[in-house]
Amino acid sequence: MSDQATIGIFLLLTLAFPAGAMAAAWLFRPAPIQSAEKRTPYECGVDTRGPSWMRFRVNYFLYALVFLAFDVETIFLYPWAVRFQALGLFAFVEMLVFIAILALGLWYAWKEGALQWY
Amino acid sequence: MEELILDIGRWLVSGLQGLGLSAAWADLVLLLVQWGCIVGIVTANVIVLIWLERKVSGFIQQRLGPNRLGPYGVFQTVADAMKLMTKEDIIPSGADRTLFVLAPMLFIIVAVMLYVVLPMGRDMAIVDLNVGLFYFISVGSLSTICLLMAGWGSHNKWSLLGAMRSVAQMVSYEIPLAFSLLGVVMIVGSLNLGDIVAAQQRVWFVLLQPVAFVVFFVAATAELNRGPFDMPEAEQELTAGAFTEYTGMRWALFFLAEYTNLVAVSALASTLFLGGWQGPLLPSWLWIIVKTYLVMLVFMWLRWTFPRIRMDHLMSLSWKVLIPVSLANIVVTGAGLELFRAMGW
Repeated sequence: MSDQATIGIFLLLTLAFPAGAMAAAWLFRPAPIQSAEKRTPYECGVDTRGPSWMRFRVNYFLYALVFLAFDVETIFLYPWAVRFQALGLFAFVEMLVFIAILALGLWYAWKEGALQWY
Repeated sequence: MEELILDIGRWLVSGLQGLGLSAAWADLVLLLVQWGCIVGIVTANVIVLIWLERKVSGFIQQRLGPNRLGPYGVFQTVADAMKLMTKEDIIPSGADRTLFVLAPMLFIIVAVMLYVVLPMGRDMAIVDLNVGLFYFISVGSLSTICLLMAGWGSHNKWSLLGAMRSVAQMVSYEIPLAFSLLGVVMIVGSLNLGDIVAAQQRVWFVLLQPVAFVVFFVAATAELNRGPFDMPEAEQELTAGAFTEYTGMRWALFFLAEYTNLVAVSALASTLFLGGWQGPLLPSWLWIIVKTYLVMLVFMWLRWTFPRIRMDHLMSLSWKVLIPVSLANIVVTGAGLELFRAMGW
């Protein structure tokens, strides 16, 4: 079998694991006593007020944007790292340029306050 | 001893072929057995690990820890597991049912899928994947989505807050984690975990890449949402973070997956930096177990020794310390390799 096929079959088998666990629990557990009170969202002794799916500070999204940029860089850096020894000095200079640009981006995000948590 | 487990596999395949099965079917049955072993060992191991964690925390806090059920309380987690099996299944009224139900299942699937590429001894990876390390990082990062699903699907403010925090944290620490491994990849020139272990024949990478190891360790602790980086489920302020609304088996699946991830990441740490399955005297599959357990004990030690880190400190540690340090580590490693070549070593 090819590697990909093996991983695919392993994934299919693994799907059975949580399903089996839930089925086993279904055998053992009592039928839930349904009451509106029991199914209310957990809160410290009072009912939840206002919508739960609420807006979040823009902070989180700034991090997400910076992350996206860096994560794409990671994908570029891995193939480069694998071939680093084979490519010689050229690869090293290329990498210096690439990482300088990356560091510039990080410095810019830092300066603009995207990394500030408040 | 060394070849014991491989021999069992070969014996199984040849036996099945002797019964008239074709080679492909015999391989399939072997894969099924391997899967069964991994799932079984993972589940049993988590029970041991939770007991160990509670004993370690008890030791550090000068308490006894669990000591009632069985010698040294070893059956405590077995009893806990049985209790969780028999709990009612409650889905809160406002929840997004699909997300709520799928989240714990996906979390454990992602955690188990990590074990496909780990070399658990000489020639003992299920798939000796050529991009093994990359596979591990990319599959491992999927667990972020499961936590967000759980938090969003629960329709509870604690859950959503915990989920958002954990996404912010895991996303931030994923970058130093990936960058710190680049140094190792540059030295080996391969993403295959077997090759990386073989390259550590003479010297472990923890000695060649000490900075990368420290960055990796800190980032991995944060990725696992373990103390001192357990802001997403800080029980004193967020109840249980994304897991607040979960009960019974669904909650148990989350717990199982967290510890499964812990074992996988510890095994990766020992594979990449501590020489993997290589070691004197003992068979290779025993060495990786010993090393993985030592790494896990360090994780537990950290968790019960350090106080929780504040959210703003947590984020700035990743972006303002670990990422610049890991970038510098890549440059220094590259320069070092170039220098070595120029000197003709």
